Amino acid sequence: MSNITRKSFLSLSALSAVGLATCGSDQGGAQGGTSGDTDTLTCGMTQDIDSMDPIKAESAATRELLFNVYDGLVKPDVEGNLNPAVASDVSVSSDGTTYSFTLREGVKFHNGEVVTPEDVKYSIERYRDSTTGGSLVSAFAAVDHVDVVDESHVDVVLKEPDTDFLAYFAIGITPASVADLEADPVGCGPYKFSSRSPLEKVVLEKFDDYWDAEGTAYIRTVIFKVTTNTDSIGMELAGGSLDLFYRLPEAQLSQLSEDAFTIYEGGMNLVQALYLNNAEKPFDDVRVRQALAYAIDPQQIMDYVSGGKGAEVGSSMYPAFAKYFMPELNDVYNQDVERARKLLDEAGLKDGFSFTIQVSNAHPQHIETAEVLKEQLAAIDVTVDIQQIEWSSWLSDVYTGRKFEGTVVGVDASALNAPSMLSRFASDADNNFVNFSSAAYDKAYAKARAAIDDDEKTELYKECERILAEECASVYIQDLPSFVALAKRFTGYEFYPLYAQNLATIQPSE
Amino acid sequence: MATTRTRSLLARIPNPRLFCAGALIMLAVITLIVIGMVWMPYEPTAMSPDRLQGVSAAHLLGTDKMGRDILSRVMYGSRITFLVALGTMAIGAGFGILVGAVTGYYGGIVDEVVMRVTDGLFAFPTVLLALVIVSLFGSSTLNVMWALGIAFVPSFIRVARSEVIRCKHLDYVKNARLMGVRDARVIFVHILPNVSGVIMSNVMIGFNNAVLSEAGLSYLGIGSQPPYASLGQMISEAQEIFFTVPSAVLGPGMVIVLMVLGFSLMGEGLRAAEGRMA
Repeated sequence: MSNITRKSFLSLSALSAVGLATCGSDQGGAQGGTSGDTDTLTCGMTQDIDSMDPIKAESAATRELLFNVYDGLVKPDVEGNLNPAVASDVSVSSDGTTYSFTLREGVKFHNGEVVTPEDVKYSIERYRDSTTGGSLVSAFAAVDHVDVVDESHVDVVLKEPDTDFLAYFAIGITPASVADLEADPVGCGPYKFSSRSPLEKVVLEKFDDYWDAEGTAYIRTVIFKVTTNTDSIGMELAGGSLDLFYRLPEAQLSQLSEDAFTIYEGGMNLVQALYLNNAEKPFDDVRVRQALAYAIDPQQIMDYVSGGKGAEVGSSMYPAFAKYFMPELNDVYNQDVERARKLLDEAGLKDGFSFTIQVSNAHPQHIETAEVLKEQLAAIDVTVDIQQIEWSSWLSDVYTGRKFEGTVVGVDASALNAPSMLSRFASDADNNFVNFSSAAYDKAYAKARAAIDDDEKTELYKECERILAEECASVYIQDLPSFVALAKRFTGYEFYPLYAQNLATIQPSE
Repeated sequence: MATTRTRSLLARIPNPRLFCAGALIMLAVITLIVIGMVWMPYEPTAMSPDRLQGVSAAHLLGTDKMGRDILSRVMYGSRITFLVALGTMAIGAGFGILVGAVTGYYGGIVDEVVMRVTDGLFAFPTVLLALVIVSLFGSSTLNVMWALGIAFVPSFIRVARSEVIRCKHLDYVKNARLMGVRDARVIFVHILPNVSGVIMSNVMIGFNNAVLSEAGLSYLGIGSQPPYASLGQMISEAQEIFFTVPSAVLGPGMVIVLMVLGFSLMGEGLRAAEGRMA
């Protein structure tokens, strides 16, 4: 359980990592740097990819790159919807155990073969095969078997009902005829694999026979260049050896000229909060948690930590998840010190109290947030001790061991479905590290999980978010800002609500 | 040497000019710290909307990313850094001199064992030792003092031991022993005061190393917890605003330089003494 979160956090901490020396190849750079050339886009990434095989994709960088090479039965869009892709239609049986896919006609793999139901069966069985040691085995273990119904229909039968499983079918479909995807990466995405030099670059070429005319790529060649030295990214962009970089450190923005680059501002797709241990006194009292929520001002935190950038959140859902995000929850607690004092008074803590915030020493944004929190909470006589701990101690003591009072951290989603943000707050969830326990929440969440109709389900998940906000499971703060720089001769970058970079939307600006 | 006793304390220091220069610098730093204990321009943790301001009359060293007055933070940070250096020396020198003097005086098996353990400790990197202590007992100023103190023990054991061995066969020690003076008295009343010059100069250099090590450890995020920052932590935090508010790095950096310079000069002043005697 902690595994999934660990992965995402590691990718977050990679932002601040200072890497080894940059690889000295300028071949890609020279091509990408010619200012008028719109056939080639050079995109930087801070670490080399794990593998070209989606089954071995662990890091964010790998998942982001492979998003362009492999298409799944469904494909996420920028709003967090799952649209039909290799499958033209999907239906879920009323008991929630059988997913029936109708395959789209004439979808081709990069090697020219047409996608068949056997390929789908092969791919899914491969993902759940525990002997491959793949990272997705735990999710796909829920699959009981795959039935090929006829030449255009496939049924996937789950061991237990789960109507949120659809998000996992975004994983790439690969041909049954290719055994070694590492050596011969074949998918059916908008870009096909061209070449790879480990620790240097991966080159992708536009796939002309892509199934989706609207989703076909514009740029002929995309080079993913490994630039491990984060300090020099600004210089590489300014010098023209990179055209695109996502998750640029805020401090390097000032080095880029506005004439040469468009800066896109989005979110890191996580929920940063002052997570409170609901089982510890005095946080077992909802009034105390609410008092803290009334005492803090997220905007001020954003001002101090990232120069006013970032997006306020009011519950355990970040804005890029447009389908589920509820902006109105940001106003459940607006800063009101008087009210906070009154709530503390009612809870019998008229003179305030003190508690410890444990925070990972690898995440400066979280440490700085804790510092601002300390200052804001002092206004209601709540004294905060900040304790920095190692990331591994954080995982074992705070996250797994649940031995903490408060912690500041960002929690993100492992798959594009609401449960990846909400399941942890069910009182019996084994990753419920805040020990939140609410009968109302458990009921609403169970109902949402069981619902078949998507609109009804969405409403129920929103109800869950509302309960989290009203019962103040934790003090929700913000989705941290993320910056993307794209050379001015290109346009069309879009933010996705999870680790995905869709290069097919990028096009020449004229 | 008979006249030594009659000379003034200062005159016993062979290079009083170096020593005085160092002492003056230290006096300035200590004045800054003492003033900071009774008065600071602003509360060192108070945030304000005046973020990233340069040097001005209201903020003599400007403000940091969260609008906190850098001068006030330097005053507070100097106090933490100085106290850590003091504590480190109390633990390192106190324990090291005691053990070194006793084992050097008696020699034998115990001496051998202690020296080999000391070699082992010497081979162990300070930062690693500090990391182990901090991850076992938590990150706090006190634990950093212990970590650095323990790391500094071996060097004092060696110095004290070698000095005591050098002196224990000298006539005045033999005399004292013949007259039936107890061993403890011989070590602490007869020998140690006579080698104090060497040991004090080592303590001064030790102070130096403690200031620098603390800054280094703080730079790694070990030590006092935010929002309070020692000088090293302030420099570490100020990296990303170096070009916007240079005083955020230069302010605490200057104080570290002054502390190190002050201790160095004092140590040099004392050490020249031994150089001439030998």
